[in-house]
Amino acid sequence: MKKRRAPIRDHHAESALFARRSIVAMVLVVLVLCGLLLNMYQLQVLQHQQYQTRSNDNRIKVVPLAPNRGLIYDRRGRLLAENRPVLSLEIVPERVSDLSDTLARLQQLLNLNDQQLEQFEDQRRRERRFDQVTLLENLSEQQAARFAVRQHEFPGVSIEARLIRYYPHGEALTHALGYVAKINRNDLQRLSAEQQTANYAATRTIGKLGIERFYEQQLHGSVGYQQIEVDIRGRAVRTLSVQPPIPGSDLTLELDLDLQQFVYDLLGDMRGSIILLDPRDGAVRAMVSKPSFDPNWFVQGISTEQYQGLLSSRHSPLLNRSTQGGYPPASTIKPHLAVLALEQGIIAPHTKIWDPGWFQITGVDHRYRDWLAWGHGWVDVDTAIVESCDTFYYDIALRMGIDAISEHMAHYGFGELTGIDIHEEAIAVLPSRAWKRARFNQPWYAGETVSIGIGQSYWTSTPMQLAVSTATLIRRGERPIPRLLHSISTADTETIAAVAYKAPLVLANPANWEVAIKAMNRVVSSVKGTAHRAFLGASYSSGGKTGTAQVRSIAQGETYNADEVEEKYRDNAMYIGYAPVNNPHIVIMIAIENAGGGGSIAAPLARQILDYYFSLEKQHEDL
Amino acid sequence: MKTSEERQRQAWLQRLRLDGPLLCGLLALAFISALTVYSASGQDWAMTERQLLRIGIAFVVMLVVAHIPLDSVQRFSLPIFSAGVVLLLAVLLFGETSKGAQRWLDFGIVTIQPSELMKLAVPMAIAWFISQQPLPVSKRRLLAAFILLLVPTLMIANQPDLGTALLIASSGIFVLFLAGISWRLITFFGIAASAFVPILWTFLMRDYQRQRVLTFLDPERDPLGSGYQIIQSKIAIGSGGIEGKGWLQGTQSQLEFLPERHTDFIFSVYSEEFGLLGVALLLGLYAFVVVRGLQIAMRAQRVYQKLLAGSLTLTFFIYVLVNIGMVSGLLPVVGVPLPLISYGGTSMVTLMAGFGLVMAIATNKRLVMHN
Repeated sequence: MKKRRAPIRDHHAESALFARRSIVAMVLVVLVLCGLLLNMYQLQVLQHQQYQTRSNDNRIKVVPLAPNRGLIYDRRGRLLAENRPVLSLEIVPERVSDLSDTLARLQQLLNLNDQQLEQFEDQRRRERRFDQVTLLENLSEQQAARFAVRQHEFPGVSIEARLIRYYPHGEALTHALGYVAKINRNDLQRLSAEQQTANYAATRTIGKLGIERFYEQQLHGSVGYQQIEVDIRGRAVRTLSVQPPIPGSDLTLELDLDLQQFVYDLLGDMRGSIILLDPRDGAVRAMVSKPSFDPNWFVQGISTEQYQGLLSSRHSPLLNRSTQGGYPPASTIKPHLAVLALEQGIIAPHTKIWDPGWFQITGVDHRYRDWLAWGHGWVDVDTAIVESCDTFYYDIALRMGIDAISEHMAHYGFGELTGIDIHEEAIAVLPSRAWKRARFNQPWYAGETVSIGIGQSYWTSTPMQLAVSTATLIRRGERPIPRLLHSISTADTETIAAVAYKAPLVLANPANWEVAIKAMNRVVSSVKGTAHRAFLGASYSSGGKTGTAQVRSIAQGETYNADEVEEKYRDNAMYIGYAPVNNPHIVIMIAIENAGGGGSIAAPLARQILDYYFSLEKQHEDL
Repeated sequence: MKTSEERQRQAWLQRLRLDGPLLCGLLALAFISALTVYSASGQDWAMTERQLLRIGIAFVVMLVVAHIPLDSVQRFSLPIFSAGVVLLLAVLLFGETSKGAQRWLDFGIVTIQPSELMKLAVPMAIAWFISQQPLPVSKRRLLAAFILLLVPTLMIANQPDLGTALLIASSGIFVLFLAGISWRLITFFGIAASAFVPILWTFLMRDYQRQRVLTFLDPERDPLGSGYQIIQSKIAIGSGGIEGKGWLQGTQSQLEFLPERHTDFIFSVYSEEFGLLGVALLLGLYAFVVVRGLQIAMRAQRVYQKLLAGSLTLTFFIYVLVNIGMVSGLLPVVGVPLPLISYGGTSMVTLMAGFGLVMAIATNKRLVMHN
């Protein structure tokens, strides 16, 4: 590389230039530092008062106080959901100098398993460092004692007492009461959308299901605040003021604990749903869905295995069959169809139809079989209900047509939410041309209408819909909205829940109600009635209708296993009933999966339950 | 007339190749660092011990660097710089990502942060390049120097590490300033730089960086989110008053209202506990170190040494300015520590290595004089 011409250096000039620049720099540095100092003077002297105040505010910590959750009682004042004191082990990560060492020592001291530590880690990552994180939700007395002795070895770890939800009757009431569980991200989003975040500042759990979720706002109450002054180490020195939390309201339900428990126990290992309600005002006396699960698992945080077990169980215990299960209504809707046929003039009360044991659409080979292979002979509408003749209904259904049927059945609440006060509800399927077009993009075939006549084909309904439809029928068109809540009470007020009805079904000829109702009474009272044997010798009068649904699938399960269903090809046993026949005050709905016939299985269950119901009524009258 | 004791002391410092006044200034800062870290860490002795260890290491590094012959430093300026650029390129291609920024190179045994090396290599290289010709610097050389400076600056800004890029850019600019570029050019670049701001904002800055600037302009905009830090910092400083709340008595820091209180925001802790008087003392100390550094630069014999010592000293001042400006709400939050005070080792070692060079320059001059 060619070396450049070396310029002549003037060292003095260079030094002088550099010195000049250095002095400029020095002056600038000093000026800038003076500027910084001036700014500090502004902050520390001129605005000192303002910042002093804000700093003092920082020494006052506002601690939110969680309100006590409202209690839930049954109609006779027995506790269904209460709050129990528990001791929990809490850690403030920032106060712990060596967290992993502390955890390791705690694990040894309290016999913790790895999963508990993992849960804590998960939780800790989600919280801020200076927030308290729960290590153990429910300390045993032994654990608490062991920790208390050696507490001084664990700075930043403390035992705290608080209240947690407890359901003394466990799984018998799960699907009605629901449960509370830890507030999760979705809940937080919802709370923030409802501007409830501040109200939940100290709350750890929230209603997730059933009554606990539906009446969350009333049960929760309002947060309280405590202003405390903290010392330089952040320890509370004294309480400056307390605004106590307002506890949540107590709920009294229409449910009868004895009845609920009786029904639950009676079902044993059977799967299905049983509902009892007062047809006059929709008050739900019992609502059982089996299988069920213990809601207390969720309160303290269910383990992954337990939850997976519930999710993957082929019997879907998480499903609330009473309001979410879709069952073919089968013969239980024959009275309703009869009302429509009479109303349309397709039949008169004494019109007879010949039943050879099967039905055929003219010009089509396919035979729709009656459950009685040799047929019922000449049947009128009364016999068709009492003996549950299928052919009669194949015939009138075809003549009424799908449009009239789906229009009429909607008035009983099929295909829509009943409006019961829990959020877990499905509309099931009330088939119609429009529905089939939307669902399968296919036209409706006349052959399908035939099966609709016996409550089969695409038709499914929830047990709650069936209970409400029964109430509507025997109340001659008055459709109550089913309701679990009786009243809400605070310390000094009691609000009775409003009784509400949907738009009534008004018949052109109200006498048509009587034909159907009389026939339903005779299902029990007539020797030929399908529920006659079951209610033989009952001390009360009742009416009803049996149903035996052919199933190819179990009730709208969340997990559907076709192979499993093939094995379980047995029928669903259904029964709708009411008592007493004059001005009934109880309606019963029974749906038992893969159990057999409505007359042989469901009706005897109804008998036992109604016997018990009336014995309870008598017991309380006597008191 | 100097007494024999004084002469003995000077000889002893000379042998260690240390400048007495500068050393005193640095030791005083280190002492303040230990006190403040102890308080800011919530009186965590283990952390304070680690900080003291780092201070010790940093002083040893300074001592070692001070003994490197300046001729070699000058000769190797460009090779070191080139190696640094290569390492930066490697970071760009294979670097470790941490907290959303790619700054580290993992060599298995050690992870290194090439941008730290560049804090020394850039002023060295620019000083070397400028000193090839007599001052004042020619326009062609100036343009070349600018390009030399722009390459590493942009690479580091792209990591993204705006704080370091800023420090490195200023170290180069200081060399040029001290080399006597004309005031007309300085004015021109000032205007050009302000014209660059919109481009920086729309194309070069990341979202989080823009967020910081917006927060700086109005911290109360989001008092619990991004503005929280700066509001709590100003409360800490302001509530300190004239005399301060006393060592270990600052409520803002002790009650943990102040995030990053032992690192970037340590000045707030110091101001809260020692008040305006303490701040004046600390700023005085910084002024003393900077003035002494410039004095050393002025007395240096060779242009390279003058430029290097001057640039390193002024860059040190930029740390002070940016950090204090940031915590007191004058400048947006840029991740620059308070030099020699903040908890953390990397920047302290780099800074002290720089002061090692300044020490070498200071004592080198005397060697020449004695000869």
